[in-house]
Amino acid sequence: MAALARLQERLAGLREEYFLTNRAIDEDRIIKYKAAVRIQRWFRACRVRAYLRYLSKMATLIQKWWRGYLRRKSFKEIVERAYFIKKEKFYNEMAVRIQKTWRGYYVRKYIHNFYALKKYLDAVSVNNELVRYELQEFADMKENEEKMKDLEKKEKEKKYQARKMHYLLSTKQIPGVYNSPFRKSPDPMELLLQQSKPLTHRKQQVKSPFADELYGWPTCKEPPGFVASLPVLPADRQKPQGPFRDPAEVLQQRYKPMEPTLRVRESMYSSPPKARVPTRGEEWRDPIHDNQFLPFSSYHKNHEKYEPSLFTSGKYGQEAYGTKYFREVYPKKWVADKDFETLFSSIALFEKFGKTYSSTGQIL
Amino acid sequence: MSQRQVLQVFEQYQRARSQFAQAVADLAARPQSIDTLRSAGVVCLLRPLLLDVVPSIRQTTALALGRLADYDVEMAEAIVKAGILPQLICSLPEENRYYKKAAAFVLRAVAKHSPLLAQAVVQSGALEMLVICLEDFDPGVKEGASWGLGYIARHNPELSQAVVDAGAVPLLVLCIQEPEIALKRIAASTLSDISKHSPELAQTVVDAGAIAHLAQMIPNPDAKLKRQVLSALSQIAKHSVDLAELVVEAEIFPVVLTCLKDSDEYVKKNGATLIREIAKHTPELSQIIVNSGGVAAVIDCIGSSRGTVRLPGIMTLGYVAAHSENLSMAVIVSKGIPPLCLCLVEEHEDHIKAAAAWALGQIGRHTTEHARHVAVANVLPTLLDIFVDPRSSEDLRTKTKKALKNILQKCTYLPALEPLLHEAPPSIMKHIIGQFSKVLPHDNKARRLFVTTGGLKKVQEIKAEPGSLLQEYINTINNCYPEEIVRYYSPGYSEILLERVENYQPVL
Repeated sequence: MAALARLQERLAGLREEYFLTNRAIDEDRIIKYKAAVRIQRWFRACRVRAYLRYLSKMATLIQKWWRGYLRRKSFKEIVERAYFIKKEKFYNEMAVRIQKTWRGYYVRKYIHNFYALKKYLDAVSVNNELVRYELQEFADMKENEEKMKDLEKKEKEKKYQARKMHYLLSTKQIPGVYNSPFRKSPDPMELLLQQSKPLTHRKQQVKSPFADELYGWPTCKEPPGFVASLPVLPADRQKPQGPFRDPAEVLQQRYKPMEPTLRVRESMYSSPPKARVPTRGEEWRDPIHDNQFLPFSSYHKNHEKYEPSLFTSGKYGQEAYGTKYFREVYPKKWVADKDFETLFSSIALFEKFGKTYSSTGQIL
Repeated sequence: MSQRQVLQVFEQYQRARSQFAQAVADLAARPQSIDTLRSAGVVCLLRPLLLDVVPSIRQTTALALGRLADYDVEMAEAIVKAGILPQLICSLPEENRYYKKAAAFVLRAVAKHSPLLAQAVVQSGALEMLVICLEDFDPGVKEGASWGLGYIARHNPELSQAVVDAGAVPLLVLCIQEPEIALKRIAASTLSDISKHSPELAQTVVDAGAIAHLAQMIPNPDAKLKRQVLSALSQIAKHSVDLAELVVEAEIFPVVLTCLKDSDEYVKKNGATLIREIAKHTPELSQIIVNSGGVAAVIDCIGSSRGTVRLPGIMTLGYVAAHSENLSMAVIVSKGIPPLCLCLVEEHEDHIKAAAAWALGQIGRHTTEHARHVAVANVLPTLLDIFVDPRSSEDLRTKTKKALKNILQKCTYLPALEPLLHEAPPSIMKHIIGQFSKVLPHDNKARRLFVTTGGLKKVQEIKAEPGSLLQEYINTINNCYPEEIVRYYSPGYSEILLERVENYQPVL
């Protein structure tokens, strides 16, 4: 019992001891646990790091190999390209150099060629001199012409004046005003007067009805020029010395009336319808006067000669056709005072008859 | 009552009519009697006489009407309002040549006053009749008709087109070939009037083959014909390059130069105008003119004439020089500058001076060489005087300014620029200083000369706004010289020196 009592005595201590022991154990266990975790953590970390190191090493290795492979693969291309670029640059440079030289040469030679320009300008100035000289010559010529014309005009004027003043010419008895006896030699005018002929009286000019008003205004200063008749030769011309024809013959030839053919006589432009046009126009224009009033008192005398027809007014009636030859001439039978004009074309051979001359001037 | 007495009445009546028409025609020729005639209602009285049975009365009436219409616009309008034109025109084809002539005179006299009156003439159907008259045999009638057509065509393009549409051009070209000088003259003038309006009309005239015939007539001795021919050719050539080339191809070239030596002023003027119209189109055409010696002839022409006759010549030189530097050089080589400079001095009218200034500007604007030639001829001071002169017109001033600017911008000939420094206004000064600032940094002698002639002093006196172009130029010039020199020439330096003398403590 004692033991029990001891035991029981000890029990309280035991319990405490047990508690303390357990607590110490507990505490110890926590410490140990933490220590174990730390150790494990470190160790595992080491292991993982080592593994990672290994991995990255492997990756580097792989990359190294791979990149090396790739570069090795494209290296040739790159070198080739670089070489090409370098070459091109060089060529471009050279091309520029060539072009530069060539263009400079070309432009100097053909476009802005100084010598050619100089030559051209010289040529231009020479040409200009030439042109100036020629133009001056031309102008001088013109001026001379003008001067000559003026002189001629003056001369003419002077001559005309001399003819006009011809009455001042001195005679044998009385010296004229230009021939003063107190002078040594007569005035030049006197000589001129001696040479010139006196003016004849001017012919009375017949005024044409429209002359003054139609040529008065500025468009037409002069009447239209018609073919003037040949200059009249004096009728009493002496036969000049030499193998010339008789003056009478010459005159006859010269003033032989023209005998135009029928075609020439008739106007080219007078076809019948054309001839009718003016009448129509007149009818239109003259609505007031139905028929034009012609017979003024003097109209007959001036304009119209009534000629009765041969057949109707013949004394002896009509002649049978074919009995009269138109070539025959019977002046006695003429009703008017002149013959009919032949309107037929003349036959050249007949016309020549009795009128032609041989080369020596003898009548054939 | 006998027949004779009856007829006498008619005879008297006819004589009276004829006398009346004649008297009115005579009176209408005198300006002082026209007002009286107008107040007497002459137009209404003449109108029935146009329908008279006797041709000579009709002619005289037409002549009187023509003279009245010729006198002034109002009479012409009165004639148009009285409805005389249709009467006149309807009977025209049947009439004789004298009447045709007189009628053409009336139409011409009416049409010449204004486009409206010309329009009225066209509307009355006159063109057809005038064209019929152009086909007449009588040269006088043709002349009258051609003259009338010319007066109608000269007003405006529409009327001109109407004349062309009436088919007048080929007949006019035929008229040029007639032997009568007067007819040729008027036909050429009409062609000129037609072709002056537009390229199309000119082309019509060219298509009718006018150029060859016109070109043939250039050496004709008749001055008035020459005037018209040259005018027609220039009116054709002025429109386009093609037409100008056609004119040149008619081989007018050495021949036309003789016209520049003609004694007649207008021939000279028209000849120069023709050359100008050709030269203005292309460098090639100008080149042709230069090669044929035309420039020398034109220069002589400028030198030998006065007033407006010079103007086309001056412009020719300007056009030729404007095309290229070689052509400009050719003008210089042909001694073109002195006459132009003389024009600047001699002429009184501003537009001629302006043209001369413009031409000089065109000559000098290409290279330094050109500018130098112009400057040597002492042109710049003259131009400057004109520019500064308050009497010059606005146009002249702008033209001279442009010319000065063109020349100055190329000019490196400093001796010519020096005198300008002292009188140029600021607008010109900037170009002059600019030229100095370009040349001085590179030219040793010029720098020295610039100081000795007082240029540097002048430059220091210029007041320029800071930062402006002028200031920059001045700075460039100042940088060419040592600082002391620049300071020495600056205005007010003497005062600074004196101040220093005052402030100086003498060392004893």
